[in-house]
Amino acid sequence: MEGNIAELGKYIGVGLTAIGMGGAAIGVGNVAGNYLSGALRNPSAAASQTATLFIGMAFAEALGIFSFLVALLLMFAV
Amino acid sequence: MATEAHGSESSLAFHPMDQFKPVSLFGDGTIHWYTVTNVTLWMAITVLAIVLLLVVGSRGRAMVPSKGQSIAELMYGFVYKMVEDVAGKDAIRYFPYIMTLFSFIVFANILGLLPLSFTTTSHIAVTGVLALLVFSFVTILGFVKNGSKFLALFWISSAPLAVRPLLAVIELISYFVRPVSHSIRLAGNMMAGHAVIKVFAGFAAIAAISPVSILAITAMYGLEILVAFIQAYVFTILTCVYLKDALHPVH
Repeated sequence: MEGNIAELGKYIGVGLTAIGMGGAAIGVGNVAGNYLSGALRNPSAAASQTATLFIGMAFAEALGIFSFLVALLLMFAV
Repeated sequence: MATEAHGSESSLAFHPMDQFKPVSLFGDGTIHWYTVTNVTLWMAITVLAIVLLLVVGSRGRAMVPSKGQSIAELMYGFVYKMVEDVAGKDAIRYFPYIMTLFSFIVFANILGLLPLSFTTTSHIAVTGVLALLVFSFVTILGFVKNGSKFLALFWISSAPLAVRPLLAVIELISYFVRPVSHSIRLAGNMMAGHAVIKVFAGFAAIAAISPVSILAITAMYGLEILVAFIQAYVFTILTCVYLKDALHPVH
């Protein structure tokens, strides 16, 4: 058993950033689900709001991407 | 990533990240800034494909469009409507730039899905340049068009006075984080999708689960075509949102 404890912590940290992906999944799911429930109530207004849907999804996803960024930084920069 | 191979005797010796390695096409494999790599090659193919569709395809200017011209017109109209709807009528002046961005990203993403090809947009170096160009373009445009009024973007006048400094700090951070999220969203999505396909391809070496693996690859491939388009769309629409902020910085 060789290797140092910092290496161990690094890889555990990289694994833990995957939790951020779950958070982003909840966020994106929320956006899409609320859009769908709104769209089913008022289908005539749905088409005009798809751009807003994707913008909202992109912003929710951005925070998941930051966890990926942290993982990359841990793997290659720290 | 998977540098320590699982041993040559193992059937699972696959390297899902190897596909993103830039390889020199000529010479002894050392890479300088001027070396022609597969990244250069696939970027050139992307540009050629765009020229083929948009210039050669619509050369006839027919009233009843041919197949190629219909696709080109569809793409043009799609981006034009997006700019008009999201960024406003006065942003139409910057439509050529946004059309360039959209067509480059969508072609690079979809060409990257061809077997044995290289996804140029999976590299943060590529998407980072695109995002930084958008960021600096939008920031400079905001100051040129509005002068110091552009800073009203950070000073939210509809909020109570006491929380405005705090909100200004948050807005400032979120403004400067834009190029980071803008570039990594695209690169991360493309890289992750291709790596997942490669991982499933690695499982195909085990005879017992290879049918499942092939089904999974097919399903992922379908999803990736969708993702390739949606990520280009998201990149473009966010550019439009940033452009709107620059032209009308009132919060």
